[in-house]
Amino acid sequence: MVSTHDNYTSTPHVEFSGVSKSYDGRNWVVRDLDLAVHKGEFLTMLGPSGSGKTTCLMMLAGFETPAAGTIHINGVPVGDLPPHKRDIGVVFQNYALFPHMTVGGNLAFPLEVRGMDPAEQQERVARTLRLVRLEGLEDRRPGQLSGGQQQRVAIARALVFDPELVLMDEPLGALDRRLREEMQYEIRRIQRTLGITVVYVTHDQQEAMVMSDRVAVFRGGAIEQAASPEVLYEEPERAFVAHFIGENNRLNGVVRTIGDGVCEVEVGDALVKAVSLGQCPPGAAATVVVRPERVNISLGEGRHSYANEFDAEIEDIAFLGDHIRLRLKLCEHSGFIVKIPNVVGQGGVLEGDRIRVGWTALDCRALQPDVDDEGEDPPASG
Amino acid sequence: MVDQVTAETGLDASKQQAQQRRRAIGLALPLIAFVLASFVAPLGTLLVRSAYDPLVADALPETLALLRAWDGTSALEEPVYATAARELLQAREERTLGQIATRVNRITSGLRSVVTRSARKLRNASGDSWRETMIGIDDAWGEPEVWLAIRSAGERFTFRHYINALDFMRQPDGSIARQPEERRIYLPLLWRTLAISLGISALCLAIGYPIAHLIAHAPPRRANLLLLLVLVPFWTSLLVRTTAWIVLLQTQGVINNLLVVIGLVADDGRIAMIYNMTGTFVAMTHVLLPFMVLPLYSVMRSIPPSHVRAAASLGATPFQAFWRVYWPQTLPGVGAGSLMVFILAIGYYITPALVGGSKGQLISNMIAYHMQTSLNWGLAAALAAILLVGIIALYVLYDRVVGIDRMRLG
Repeated sequence: MVSTHDNYTSTPHVEFSGVSKSYDGRNWVVRDLDLAVHKGEFLTMLGPSGSGKTTCLMMLAGFETPAAGTIHINGVPVGDLPPHKRDIGVVFQNYALFPHMTVGGNLAFPLEVRGMDPAEQQERVARTLRLVRLEGLEDRRPGQLSGGQQQRVAIARALVFDPELVLMDEPLGALDRRLREEMQYEIRRIQRTLGITVVYVTHDQQEAMVMSDRVAVFRGGAIEQAASPEVLYEEPERAFVAHFIGENNRLNGVVRTIGDGVCEVEVGDALVKAVSLGQCPPGAAATVVVRPERVNISLGEGRHSYANEFDAEIEDIAFLGDHIRLRLKLCEHSGFIVKIPNVVGQGGVLEGDRIRVGWTALDCRALQPDVDDEGEDPPASG
Repeated sequence: MVDQVTAETGLDASKQQAQQRRRAIGLALPLIAFVLASFVAPLGTLLVRSAYDPLVADALPETLALLRAWDGTSALEEPVYATAARELLQAREERTLGQIATRVNRITSGLRSVVTRSARKLRNASGDSWRETMIGIDDAWGEPEVWLAIRSAGERFTFRHYINALDFMRQPDGSIARQPEERRIYLPLLWRTLAISLGISALCLAIGYPIAHLIAHAPPRRANLLLLLVLVPFWTSLLVRTTAWIVLLQTQGVINNLLVVIGLVADDGRIAMIYNMTGTFVAMTHVLLPFMVLPLYSVMRSIPPSHVRAAASLGATPFQAFWRVYWPQTLPGVGAGSLMVFILAIGYYITPALVGGSKGQLISNMIAYHMQTSLNWGLAAALAAILLVGIIALYVLYDRVVGIDRMRLG
């Protein structure tokens, strides 16, 4: 899944520069947003509801006009270009299939309005239905299809006129979990087969991780960080991203010293060594984040040689099948989470046990504290 | 043992169900009785009256029996005169003579006085030959017309009213022919009614569609306000609304005065906007508009805005998006609204009566005339029946083309 984008051409396929949007002139839904999407890239706009991601998509499709800033497609500003001249495929949240037309009619619609001759229309419709694996359903009405099939028809309709750019607005939101996972791979397969650029909107971080080359994490109308799923997970630059993508332990403290990319943060009465991004000078508040699976534990008095080693007390143990999840009390912080893989030799711990935990300095990062620290919790993934 | 128990509970359940069904029917009884008494019975009576009129047949049974044997041209014999005189006298006693005279007069006008006067004079008459006595009272009794008229009026089951209602007439030889051009009343009126109703439906659609669209896709608060504006006239008395139009449209009314003041119209060239077809059109469109707007609004609200957006994203121009995606989905509402307005318009009575003048009268005004003024209930019933058949035909047509189950009334 690791993708490198060194083959991207220099002009981004889509570029937002300084784009802002407000519906009522007071509250900014999108604030001074910059984002470039490359040709052939699968970019996901991820964020909690109300973070401006759908508005960005609608501005790109031409249904909304930015209050400030410009959007370029293939280097050309699209300011006043009406939606029907943009040649962008859009998959809507509730599919927006036309109920009075058959599946074939729905797919042929974009070809008809382009004045394509009927024989070629038919050929294209059949080919696109094959692509989404719905051969032979031309004569059904959307109402006669299952949710998953409707979803495929909606995708097929957005692809049938060969757009280079396809936008998807939470297209899998209405499907049940199994179907959703299947469709995630399906959409990815189609995107790679056709080599199209996809801008995808979702609030589901797992979906974003599975599908995307790059994820732009939205919050309050601005992008917190845009990077590949690996980078977002391993190297979050913002406390919000660290918290929103996957699970993270957060320890709040004050920076004491900085040196050679590593700083020391005083958390309670302990010093935690963490990677410094230069965001927090000595004396400033910082949030140290560390992934639960990067923390090692040892029972009793055994010593590790980790940069960060602390005593902890087990508050709670939960067995989750593939891993065991411990809640620890550490450095006066309650609710510190550690995941132990469920492999031979692990386990044998009990609630109330005192254990030793440790992790390296590279596995934790000192970030500027989130202004709204107890803000939105990330939605349950999956 | 177990089987027995289940069998018994099963029996209980079916008993209970039957009881519930009885109770449900019992609860619906008042409604059924009401519908029967206020709708089915009058409608049935009306339809029957349009083709069944026993009055003359009951009053002059023997005369009619003799007349049926008659060839319609030759001179009649004494027995016919004697029987007719006896039965006419008896009808006079029973006070049905006036109604008989009216019916005979409807077949051939001018005969009412012949019948009533003769019966009055026959009371004091005596003689050997009733034939001569009657011809002595009025020469008409010597001609076949009056006897033919009596024979026609004496038909118990008759299409006479339908023949009249469709501007046909029965010729002396019994064949049916169209009325001469200048005497055709009902068919042109029926066509006019149809045309006006169609025109009003089209006008309501043209005005109502954008309004409904505006309301259906406005933010909730504004939508409520707009809906209220549509509904307030709906809740106002029909008479008040119609009178308001009189105030606005009459020759010395608000609009004409305004036009004169701003100089668009000369004082002696005021436009006649009321007491003619225009008046009927304007006032009825206004009265019936909510019946178009409400079904349209209800259908439009169920169309997600994403459909039009999807169409645009697929390359459709705004017009294509409307025509190919939006409009077809509103058809059930268009059908329901148009059918409703049309049916209401075709039977409308008060508004055309008040603002229609002579040119803006509809068929229902004629029905009312025959009910209340000319008292020709048979003809009124026939006209109403024709109207009813027309509407049912339209309904069936609509069902075939659009499907009545797709109609949405709001």
